[in-house]
Amino acid sequence: MTGTLNLVGYGLAAIGPGLAVGMIFAAYINGVARQPEARSVLQPIAFLGFAMAEALALFGLVLAFVL
Amino acid sequence: MYSLRAEPSAEFVPPSSKDFVLPPIFGDNEFTTKPIFLVILSIILVSVFFIASSRKAAIVPSKLQFAGESVYAYVRNDLGKDIIGHDFMRFVPYLFTLFTFILTNNIFGIVPLLQFPTMSRISFAYVLGIITFAVFHYVGIRHHGIFKYVKDILFMPGVPKPVYILLTPIEIATYLIVRPLTLSLRLFANMFAGHLLLLIFILGGEHLLQGSIGLKLVSPFAFSFGIALTFFEFLVQCLQAYIFTLLTALYIAGALADEH
Repeated sequence: MTGTLNLVGYGLAAIGPGLAVGMIFAAYINGVARQPEARSVLQPIAFLGFAMAEALALFGLVLAFVL
Repeated sequence: MYSLRAEPSAEFVPPSSKDFVLPPIFGDNEFTTKPIFLVILSIILVSVFFIASSRKAAIVPSKLQFAGESVYAYVRNDLGKDIIGHDFMRFVPYLFTLFTFILTNNIFGIVPLLQFPTMSRISFAYVLGIITFAVFHYVGIRHHGIFKYVKDILFMPGVPKPVYILLTPIEIATYLIVRPLTLSLRLFANMFAGHLLLLIFILGGEHLLQGSIGLKLVSPFAFSFGIALTFFEFLVQCLQAYIFTLLTALYIAGALADEH
């Protein structure tokens, strides 16, 4: 079996952003469930936070292929 | 007694990033590859659909007009008005073009016979990222003047002075590198990974068919999983078009905001 260890490293590196994205949306769902009218205020914040957390996973993906 | 192992002569070649480099269609002109034709096709499809749906506009809309208008209303209200706020109509044409263009090109990934998401070639995603990057900086500079805009980015107001040592480099990296890069990489990575996933299940199912009888029995499971994942891909493709447009709107709104 051949392959590169980079991808194993990327798998490990994706744990952090994965947890982060989960927590962001958990908080968003909690907020909307408690106060449904706050949905339009919370949605952009949730997606901005999601984008920032996911950026880390994307850097990992790039480094896994580049290095 | 049948063995569950495949014939060693017929080695399974897993799909890789080489499968995304398609040969030119006409001769060896590098500008006639499949993704280029898909981009042109998407432009034609989107224009024809929206021209046809708005040509005979009536107060009681036809089915076609209703379909076109609900896409437009969605982008205008949910992505434009709710996020950019007042003065949002200036940006609706850009957001709408972006949304329909990305959506059509993504969905090409699961349309039979085409089956190649254009954005899985990173150059197309880069171009979209660069355009958004230029748009939101231009809007911010026009709105605040270049001096105040740069000052607000470098020294975010309302922060204790020592924090600037940490914050300023992060802000510079965010505005110049991270935002356009992640915008295009997110789109690219999702399309690339999704297409690879479908390739693995479909090609794997096909390879299992060539194996022994035990492997032939397993092969339908691989194919049906491939079909299920195709529907999942449809979800991801719509979501990515939405996220790209949403983030563009958020960045424009951030550039227009009086306090960063």
